[in-house]
Amino acid sequence: MKVLLKRALAGASVALALALTACGGTTAAGGSASSSASSGGSLTVFAAASLTATFTELGHDFEAAHPGSKVNFNFGGSSDLVSQLQNGAPADVFASADQANMTKATSAGLAAGTPQIFATNVLEIAVPPSNPAGIHTFQDLTKPGVRLVVCAQQVPCGSATQKAAKAAGLTLKPVSEEQSVTDVLGKVISGDADAGLVYVTDVKGAGGKVSGVTFPGSSSAVNSYPIAALKASKNASLAQEFVDFVRGSQGQKVLGDAGFGAP
Amino acid sequence: MPASAHPERRGYSGLPRWIYIPATLGVLFVLVPLVGMLARVDWLNFIPLITSDSSLAALRLSLETALASTAACLVLGVPMALVLARGPVRGRRWLRALVLLPLVLPPVVGGLALLYTFGRLGLVGRWLDVVGVQLAFTTLAVVMAQTFVSLPFLVVSLEGALRTAGGRYEAIAATLGATPTHVFWRVTLPLVVPGLASGLVLSFARSLGEFGATLTFAGSLEGVTRTLPLEVYLQREVDPDAAVALALVLVVVAAVVVGVAYGRRLAGAVSA
Repeated sequence: MKVLLKRALAGASVALALALTACGGTTAAGGSASSSASSGGSLTVFAAASLTATFTELGHDFEAAHPGSKVNFNFGGSSDLVSQLQNGAPADVFASADQANMTKATSAGLAAGTPQIFATNVLEIAVPPSNPAGIHTFQDLTKPGVRLVVCAQQVPCGSATQKAAKAAGLTLKPVSEEQSVTDVLGKVISGDADAGLVYVTDVKGAGGKVSGVTFPGSSSAVNSYPIAALKASKNASLAQEFVDFVRGSQGQKVLGDAGFGAP
Repeated sequence: MPASAHPERRGYSGLPRWIYIPATLGVLFVLVPLVGMLARVDWLNFIPLITSDSSLAALRLSLETALASTAACLVLGVPMALVLARGPVRGRRWLRALVLLPLVLPPVVGGLALLYTFGRLGLVGRWLDVVGVQLAFTTLAVVMAQTFVSLPFLVVSLEGALRTAGGRYEAIAATLGATPTHVFWRVTLPLVVPGLASGLVLSFARSLGEFGATLTFAGSLEGVTRTLPLEVYLQREVDPDAAVALALVLVVVAAVVVGVAYGRRLAGAVSA
């Protein structure tokens, strides 16, 4: 027991030491925002959960293009990330899944410069591959007996859902309003929901586990993803380079392949 | 455990003094975060925040489902505790480990297990679906999720009480000609009322706070499946003040229930 505890403590202190060195930005090259290939150092990027797959890939690409650099991610719900930032979490870049949460960050004085939109996402209807309820249009979602699951209006995907329903002039009667788009997708994958409203990128990311049904009204609820370097960054030039990288051709290709729209 | 263990007997205070230092730290560790939350409450708008329609619906649903799941724990848990404490010895340890599994399982995992069992394509759910019964997204699913995570609390408390009480009175009652059922109602149950009461309180409190399994298995819809913890978590997205206010309500309800029940028990007022 004692030995275990000692080992755990030793491990923790090593991790802490590493983290401290990393935060210190030992190799920060200073203000060389224009040179793209030489500045090393470590970056912490707070990014919306829906960016997990794409940003993980982009992080590897960025590290390859900037030898000596290391990108660490904290993925989570955008509002969680903002409140972590507001409470002093150390981060260099913030990528939000919607404008509202980025606005929270900018009005709290956290962002360095104006946030830039780097991607867009639209809703799509996700159904189990067998499509048991025969959903082919947005209108089909209101058929009696259809077990529809959506995001709660308090979260970004839910407000997009409301906009889409309003644009179609329909009132949705979901059996559940979930906390996150992942929860909605989970209920469709498990087969308990006949249909769910999620993002195009979620349907694509789920592989063959769900089928997507696009609908024309989705364009009335386009979700924009803003990104900004943060004032608290100890490695401002590298942070800005990461933002530029995401918005550059390589970043846009990865995002596009995952189903995100161009800004 | 010997039958003579009376943890609440007073009069002896031979505690080493140093023990108060970690004990105080422990109390502070639990209390200070509560004070931290109190400090964030927007007292000016507290009443409007907690009396909004969605808050009241969530509070009402939470109380109803927690009561229902506590009742389910009572009906299922008492026989389970009896079998574990007094039943056949063979395999009892394994049975206990399995039954208590929800205690150590992350609630989200419990919710997934329920979903894959009682969901529409689940092990049991697919047969229920054939006869037109769908559990997911219903209030019953909330009660099931709460019962799943709370049951071990009742079983553990009651099993401990049963072991402490021993079986002497039952044996005597049996020699006097009482049937096992008669002994159960007239001897065993009255003897373990305090243990049963604390088990019920723990189950209720745990049900009230249930979050992960509910979210995973039952979904979230106002008035149907969105209990107070789910409402707190959701409100936090847009209105942290409302979330803190609701969290305080949850803490107060739980504290009152636990306080009343344990307070009575310590005062020796619990009787059959």
